This record gives sequence, structure tokens and C-alpha cells, in this order.
Amino acid sequence: MTSTIVRGGGFGRVLGKLGARGPLHVVLIAVSLLWLLPSVGLLISSLRPANLITTTGWWTAFKTPFQFTLENYGHVLSQAHMAQGFANSLLIAIPATVMPILIAAFAGYAFAWMSFPGRNVLFLIVVGLLVIPLQMTLIPVLRFFNVLHLTGTFPGIWIAHTAYGLPFAVYLLRNFMGELPGEMMESAELDGATHAQIFFRLVLPTSIPAIASLAIFQFMWVWNDLLIALIYLGGTPNVAPMTVTISNLVNSYGGGWQYLTSAAFISMLLPLVVFFSLQQYFVRGILAGSVKE
Amino acid sequence: MTGTTIAWGLVAVVGVPLVLWAYLFLIENALKKVNPRKRARIRPWIWLLPAFLLLGAFLIYPAINTIVLGFMNASSTKFVGLANFVSIFSDSAMLVVLRNNLLWLVILPLVTVTLGLIIAVLSDRVRYESAAKAVIFLPMAISFVAAGVIWKFMYQFQPAGTAQVGTVNAILTGIFPHFQPQAWLFNKSENNWALITVGIWMWTGFAMVILSAGLKGIPDTLLEAARMDGANELQIFFQVTMPLLRPTLTVVATTLIINVLKIFDIVYVMTNGNLGTEVIANRMYKEMFNYQNFGRASAIAVILLIAIIPVMVLNIKRFGKKGSSI
Repeated sequence: MTSTIVRGGGFGRVLGKLGARGPLHVVLIAVSLLWLLPSVGLLISSLRPANLITTTGWWTAFKTPFQFTLENYGHVLSQAHMAQGFANSLLIAIPATVMPILIAAFAGYAFAWMSFPGRNVLFLIVVGLLVIPLQMTLIPVLRFFNVLHLTGTFPGIWIAHTAYGLPFAVYLLRNFMGELPGEMMESAELDGATHAQIFFRLVLPTSIPAIASLAIFQFMWVWNDLLIALIYLGGTPNVAPMTVTISNLVNSYGGGWQYLTSAAFISMLLPLVVFFSLQQYFVRGILAGSVKE
Repeated sequence: MTGTTIAWGLVAVVGVPLVLWAYLFLIENALKKVNPRKRARIRPWIWLLPAFLLLGAFLIYPAINTIVLGFMNASSTKFVGLANFVSIFSDSAMLVVLRNNLLWLVILPLVTVTLGLIIAVLSDRVRYESAAKAVIFLPMAISFVAAGVIWKFMYQFQPAGTAQVGTVNAILTGIFPHFQPQAWLFNKSENNWALITVGIWMWTGFAMVILSAGLKGIPDTLLEAARMDGANELQIFFQVTMPLLRPTLTVVATTLIINVLKIFDIVYVMTNGNLGTEVIANRMYKEMFNYQNFGRASAIAVILLIAIIPVMVLNIKRFGKKGSSI
């Protein structure tokens, strides 16, 4: 047997020593399948005709004769505002990702490379704001949105998501930018570059890895958000993102499973693509947010 | 969707960076005329201004305002002292809400951290580690709304004797012939557990990813040294690995606790807080929009804040150490 080094020690190796790696695989594969089961059930159900969804389990779909259909998708896209919802979700999530990153990059740069009184205290305030429950802010913000007629508009929700995303973005970018080599900045400054030039030509390009993680993180967060959209946009279809559209479907259709399952899968499509193509950045963003000390 | 909206989107994506860029360039150019010492003093505030304007308007001021509103009446026109808090804590429905939140708060972090740790340790030993981890982590990418739909479907219920369409009932009746199919989301003794299960499904991946990174950060030499000293593998796990993993475990647990306290979407989509499943955030939403009682809604938000303060202090302490060393 090869002597692979066991990190974390413990259980795994005990099993290995007993010459019984079988149980290890059984447990792991069983857990993985269990975790996958709900999503697979959703996908298969969304492709089945309505009368079958409500009378037989989705696993019976594998018996001949196969009966699959794309009708459910056609219906939710054309009749149930899901196409509109998809477009709205994009229209909300893209600006709400670009705006906080740039604004946070400014602040992160100032925190990392400029000295000013109260720097640590201000940064600690940002860290404290990381955990402020959004619920604390809803009523006052909704009130001034009503006064400014921002309720139910895209710019309103962009600004709101931008502000709510800032604490994490500032925190992450300040930490990343703080690690950049100081000599790089100094030599640029000696060459007569202004802070703005250093920022746009040096700091921003070298921070791309952190920005990528942050962008994915923020995008997924906004894309999957229900509460903020529900409160600041209301339920009107012409601005509602998919999460709101689906939660309305849940209420209005009740048991219309053929529509609910296909609508839910449409909303998962983009996150899944992002997740599988950019998984490492997503994971890195999560790690940076919590482990980095 | 209209052309104007797309135009607005372009304005936001292209225009906002352009405006910010212009803002900095104009000010930096203007600053060239000021003497260097003054310049260095003003500059940081220029760079911080956009961020702190937004943080002030959307987080700091509203949070303070909400605390004030919590001591006022439903329409925020009269000061009522502690009346909102008294009515909350004497309302039996609200006590159910607090009980549910406590249940979430204890069960979810406990189960997700334990499961996440076990999976992290086990998957470290196999070749298909990244595939197994991707599968467990996948639900993190899905919205709570979609997860709600998925699990509502999983929990489908048909009376005993008829074919079960819901996966959970089908599996259980398939394995145990005498099992009575359950209406998981309707039975008051089960529905909270059913909802928490959805949360566990979603967050185990989060705990696993971070704990796995923590495990890989433990130097192999330490484990080898313990082995040389004759420690068995279980001893090594509990006496070497676990203590070294403590900081990571704390981070995971606190993050989970914060998120669980704020839980809203799962409950909103699956039961809308009916049948004894309401949690703090859903209660607050109802007070706001169904009853228009802004005093009580704010008071509930304040209770949420108080519950989170210990975590916030911990966070600040942890990063404060780092901050002072810059």
C-alpha cells in the first residue's frame, strides 16, 4: 500500500489501516448522491408533463415509455414573466456588482496606502457593519426611497445593493491591497505618478484576483436575493427579478409543480454555470471573507 | 423590460465608473495646486467619501433610526417607551418566533459544522475529492427561493396507500413498510425540522470548504511528530488536529450564527411562517407590510441586533488585533 500522507489525521487513516477503504467510499458517495438528489429530482420533474408530475414520482421517468416535454419551460418563459424576470435579474445584478467593487476599491486603497487620523477606527466600523442585519435598515431606507420615488426602480435597488455589499467589499479589497509590495508604489510615486494613476494603472490591475472573487460573490448574492427586491421593488412584474417572480408563483399556483420546477431551474441556470466555470474564485472569495487573518 | 431600462443599465455599468474616475482625476489635478502637506491630509477623505456616504445613508443612519423607531408607535408619531418590547415579549405568537429562532440557531450550526468537518476529513483521503466537494458545495450557488421550491417538492405528501410523489415520503415508505407518509411542512411537530434540513443542505458546503482549507493548512510534520510519539489516530485527531482547527471552527460557527439569525427566504417561500414556523425576520416583514406597525417591526429588528452584538464584538476584536499592527 502506498503511504499517502494523511492530512487532518484521524478517522480516515483508522479505516485505511483496517484495510477497509470500502466504507470510506460508501459513506462519501452516499452523502454526495444524497446531496445531489434534490436538484436532480427538480431537473427531471421540470421536464415531465403536468399530469405525470402529480401522479407519479420523478424517478419513474426512467421507465419506458419515456415521456419528456419542454412545454413547462415554454409556458413559464412566455406566460409567467420568467423571461422578463431573467432579464430583470441581470439588469439588477450587473450594475449592483460593478458599482460596489469600484467604490470599495477606492476606499480599500485609501485604507491600505494612505495614512490619516482615525484610519483603524474607521476600518473597524466597516468590519462591525459586516454583521449589521439588513432588517435593521429596511424601514428608514424604504421611507426615504418613497420620498425620492426610488421605490420600484432599478437605480434604487442598485444603490441599495451597492451600499449593502460595501462592508465586505471594502474589507476584502483593503486586505488584498495591503499585501501588495510597497516598493511598487514608491517607485511609481518617484516617477511622478499621482495616486489616481497609481491606482488605475498599478493597483487595480494587480488586484484582479481579489476583484474576480468579489465580483462572483456579489453577483451571486444579488442574483439570489429575495428580501431586498421584495421590499424595495415590490412585486410588479416589470421590475421583479426571478426570485420574486418564483415566490409569487409559489403563492399563486400552489401545486402547479410543472411550472414551479421549471421556473426554479431557470433561476439556477446562471449560478450553476458561474459556479462550475469559476468555482475556484467563488471558493477563494468565501475563504478570504472568513479565514484570512 | 424597455429600452430605457437597458440604457439605464449601461449608464450604471459604464457611467458610474466613468464618473468616479473623473471625480478622482479632477480632484487629483486640483490638489496639485495645494501644498503637499495639506494635499496628503485631504486626499484620503476624497477616496473614502463615496463609500462612507453610502454606508452612512444605508447602514449607519438607518440602523440608528430603527432603534429610535422601536420606541415609537405604529405610525412613528408618538414616543411609547418600552411598549413595543413589552407587547412583543407578552405575545404568545412572538414567543413561538423566538423559540424557532433558537432552534435554528442551535441545530443548524451544530449539524452543518459536524457534517462539514466529517466530509472534509473523509474527502481529503480520496482521489475524487474535488468532485465530491463540488457536489456538497453546489447548493450554496442556488437561491433560497429555488431551494425552497426544490424542497417543497421533496416534502410532497399523499395519503397513505397512494403512490408517493414526494421523494422523502417515497424513500421512507419504500424502506420501512409500516411508515406512515408525513405532511412534513404541515405537522407542527415536524415542520421546523423540515425547514432546518433545507438550511443544512444549503450550508454544509460552506462549512466544508472552509474547514477543508483549515485542515490542509495544518503542517504534516506536526501530525507525523505525534505519530512518532505513539499517539493513535483518534488521539491525533482530537488532541492535535482539533485544537489547531479551533480558530477556523470559530469563524465558521460565527458566520453561520449570523446568517441563521437573519434567515428569511426559506421560511417565506416554504411556509410563509404559518403553522408555527415563523422566525424573527419573517415576523418583522409581516409587521411591516401586513400590519403596517413600524414600531413593532423596528423593535423586532432591535432584538435581532442585540442578538448579533456579541458576534459583532468578537469580530471587531479579532480584526482589531490585525488592524493595530498595520
